[in-house]
Amino acid sequence: MTDTSIGQHGAPADAGLLREMARRIRVELLRTVAHAQGGHVGGPLSAAEILSTLYFHEMRIRPSQPDWPERDRFVLSKGHASVALYSTLALAGYFPVDELRTFDSVDSRLPGHPDMTVLPGVDMSTGSLGVGLSAAVGLALGARLNGHDGRVYALLGDGECHEGAVWESAFIARRFALDNLVAIVDANGLAQFGPASDTPGERRGPWDPGELEDRWAACRWHVIPADGHDVLALVAAFDEARATRGRPSVVIARTIKGKGVSFMENRWFWHSKPVTPEELALALTELGEQA
Amino acid sequence: MSDRAATATVIRARAERTNGASMREVFATAVADLATEDPRILMLDAEVGNSTRADLFEEAHPDRYLPVGIAEQNMLGMAAGLAAAGFIPFPVTFAVFVVKRSLDQIRVLIAQPRLPVKIAVQYTGLMAGMAGKTHQAVEEVTVMRAMPNMTVVNPADAVEMRQAVRAVVDYDGPVYLMVYREALPTLFTDDYRFELGRAITLRDGQALALISTGPQSGRVLEAAELLAEHGIDARVIHVPTVKPLDDELIVAAARETGFVVTVEEHSIVGGLGGAVAELLAERQPTLMRRIGLRDEFGASGTNDALLEKFGLTPRRVADQVVTFLAERAV
Repeated sequence: MTDTSIGQHGAPADAGLLREMARRIRVELLRTVAHAQGGHVGGPLSAAEILSTLYFHEMRIRPSQPDWPERDRFVLSKGHASVALYSTLALAGYFPVDELRTFDSVDSRLPGHPDMTVLPGVDMSTGSLGVGLSAAVGLALGARLNGHDGRVYALLGDGECHEGAVWESAFIARRFALDNLVAIVDANGLAQFGPASDTPGERRGPWDPGELEDRWAACRWHVIPADGHDVLALVAAFDEARATRGRPSVVIARTIKGKGVSFMENRWFWHSKPVTPEELALALTELGEQA
Repeated sequence: MSDRAATATVIRARAERTNGASMREVFATAVADLATEDPRILMLDAEVGNSTRADLFEEAHPDRYLPVGIAEQNMLGMAAGLAAAGFIPFPVTFAVFVVKRSLDQIRVLIAQPRLPVKIAVQYTGLMAGMAGKTHQAVEEVTVMRAMPNMTVVNPADAVEMRQAVRAVVDYDGPVYLMVYREALPTLFTDDYRFELGRAITLRDGQALALISTGPQSGRVLEAAELLAEHGIDARVIHVPTVKPLDDELIVAAARETGFVVTVEEHSIVGGLGGAVAELLAERQPTLMRRIGLRDEFGASGTNDALLEKFGLTPRRVADQVVTFLAERAV
């Protein structure tokens, strides 16, 4: 992709393109973690449509000029999904796709968690859950103080929303009426482990139904529920967020952990697990890709 | 004496009492003055602005004063975001909250990406008086010294504070700036030039080197006068930048005097005493003593009472040095 992907919001969404980019994000991230024999799997897979919609439709960016001051910014607060962001950035043209194969190796620009000091396109270093939203609040206020209309997007996990620091930031974002800030919760319904479920071998998710929405609403954010795997629903959600004035918006994106690979979907233990060559071949076939 | 002996001429013959401006007022005014010419400067306040005197900055630049709530984790992360957007933010609150509660944000969002956030803290070290041990950041230097990419600055008087504020703004990276709350005697003449990473010899001497930082340096200078009355000729070194340490000045002092005593209103575990001990163990093994808190928390009381209790008044420092020298002679 080139700069033609810049600032497509407002234009009719190309659903076919966004779905295809989500598919390619999944393919690249699976190849990457399989090659590295490390990294996370389930959480990156659940975020593919969210990242596709942001980087190939919603956000105003210039991959050939990553430090463009008036760009929209993205903060991967769930930093352990780095491989999904790296795959997206590579497909958007920030760096060569081949560089994904250096993921997690010493001296790579693609470490376990995103590092803004080494990789073009990473707007904020993250990696410790709960801290990313605070940086996004600063970036959003910074855009306002700089007098430009840049928007800031922060992607959080639903498990991450256990962290108290998230709610400090939610409070302050409302106090400053940051309507250029959008949080997206990748609500894939599972954390790394969690309490045992009634079903043997399964584990329970981070929140009761509706609890997450209630929390953000109690913080007086504009809450937008959406199917996190429906690119047009996400496009509509981001449109609604942009039309919302005077307060920040949160998209509660209902997703499936491990989405796109049947044997990984809704399996808590695929949070982080090495992918064997056989598993990779099977997964790529399911995603319509030649191994 | 090192080749920087000439710097001693910028020391006043005797410390002069200030006309009452507290260090926190000097700090807030200095930042506000710089902000007039530099639109990148912001101040973030965790709702203690009347205490930290961030209100002086608010008065001068109401649009760049950001009240961010009693939410210090968010404040430090938000400062990182503002820095990434091109600003130079000064988050200001009490040291004890910043160093512990916001440590993860400082580590991941500020120190690792080397963002130019100027963390300005008050109630430094032991000097939180009657608020007691919950509010005394007696391990702040230990924690911040251990943080890669962090610079730690602890000025000794108003002259140095004003210059330090300018220096930390000019420096493109994260800084931990310790701001004593009360007024301090003025040590330096206006000719003094603060430089990040440079220590200064306040008093020449050959019997031993007394090494100190921040407000304690003034008291150590007084202790040296008391020692002179005993015929003990103490060198006094003030270390305004605890990290990076001025290795050469300290190594030279150790080599030339053969006995080093560090003094700090802070834990000796990893504080200035720890820093000097690490340096000298590798470069110039020298007999040392460290005056400060010995792996213990502080207590509730006036700052004067605390200085007395923990052996940090000029008289108590001088007495301990006399004892050390006697022990050494045995």
